[in-house]
Amino acid sequence: MVITKEHIYDILEKVQDPEVPVLSIIDLGVVRDVVLAEEGVEIIITPTYTGCPAMDMIEVGIKSTLQDHGVEKVKITTVLSPAWTTDWLSESGKEKLRGYGIAPPQGAAKSKRALFSEESGIICPQCNSTNTEMISQFGSTACKAQYKCLDCEEPFDYFKCH
Amino acid sequence: MANHLHDFLIHLGDNALILGHRLSELTSHGPVLEQDMAMTNIALDLVGQTRNIFQVAAKLQGNGATEDSIAYTRDATSYKNILLVEQKNGDFAKTVLRQFFYDAFNYHAYQRLLKSSNKDIAAIAEKAIKEITYHLKWSAEWVIRLGDGTEESNSRINAAIDDLWPYTEEMFKFTDYELACHDEGIFPDIHGIKAEWDEEVKNIFAEATLTVPEDGWMHDGGKRGVHSEHLGFLLAEMQFLQRAYPGQQW
Ligand SMILES: [Zn+2]
Repeated sequence: MVITKEHIYDILEKVQDPEVPVLSIIDLGVVRDVVLAEEGVEIIITPTYTGCPAMDMIEVGIKSTLQDHGVEKVKITTVLSPAWTTDWLSESGKEKLRGYGIAPPQGAAKSKRALFSEESGIICPQCNSTNTEMISQFGSTACKAQYKCLDCEEPFDYFKCH
Repeated sequence: MANHLHDFLIHLGDNALILGHRLSELTSHGPVLEQDMAMTNIALDLVGQTRNIFQVAAKLQGNGATEDSIAYTRDATSYKNILLVEQKNGDFAKTVLRQFFYDAFNYHAYQRLLKSSNKDIAAIAEKAIKEITYHLKWSAEWVIRLGDGTEESNSRINAAIDDLWPYTEEMFKFTDYELACHDEGIFPDIHGIKAEWDEEVKNIFAEATLTVPEDGWMHDGGKRGVHSEHLGFLLAEMQFLQRAYPGQQW
């Protein structure tokens, strides 16, 4: 069988983000390239956040999933630049997040130096209200902030722009 | 090995590692859940940045060095972190102020490292600067809240200023290895950092109704491996597992 890049990408669609398992690593945008060589397949990935503990699990997931599909020789290379941004999250990934109860990032990532600024008008994933407010810019994982909905009164996670 | 690039990487990594460890001591002990999570998240970012930096240092060092051997098998005198980051957490005001002084420095230092002539350092900075920006926003907001808060919070942050101000000058007293890195463009424009840090502190303190103290007697030594007694206790806990069970992994 001849392995193509598309074939590898199809297999990588099956590797989940361990922290947000509705997202594949392709949805998340951490796979930057796939290089086919005589010696095997090289997968180039970039971390979401530097301390993200999911990255080690993602590497294991890539290797084992490719091996399950008969791709034995796999090398994983991590690059830091260009730095990961939520702008790379796929549209289908954003839909999946919403369905999972996490508000997807709204708008483009930009540096937010302004004090006491928060992303406003974040849409509640339960009731679609935009009458929401931030509880904390830090959440249960590095990629999320905590918000609450002032209409349905449910708290929710917001996958923050980064 | 003596090498200014290696020394500089160790210094950068130790700053992040020691402050990350200090913050991790507060995990599950924060004043409220949201701030516990904030400090834990910041700790995680800092330890992640340390890993990236020590991976580069380990490659430079060779001889089987790894990020873990650098973090866990050195003695206190080999650590090159500034004294500020090893200071104890104290109360929330002290934790916040220590973070603010460091974040304000780091933010302006990493803006420069983005333009480093060393590609590995520039890539680490590109990744880290987004996280450092969040950290500075968090710590600056809390300095304002505590300073311009209640009588109690104001008196506590003033006590923290008295405690920590003498540790701020060390950030700008550049060592031989920093100056050598500066000359090679690895750490560009270091002499411009202090003015930006002063401006940052002046603005935030003004909003917080706090007074920037006069410079008095200042501590230094950490960057050269001369530490306060706190570092030994911190390392005893941080390094325990790798010292007792060398090479253990999860
Ligand atoms: Zn709602």
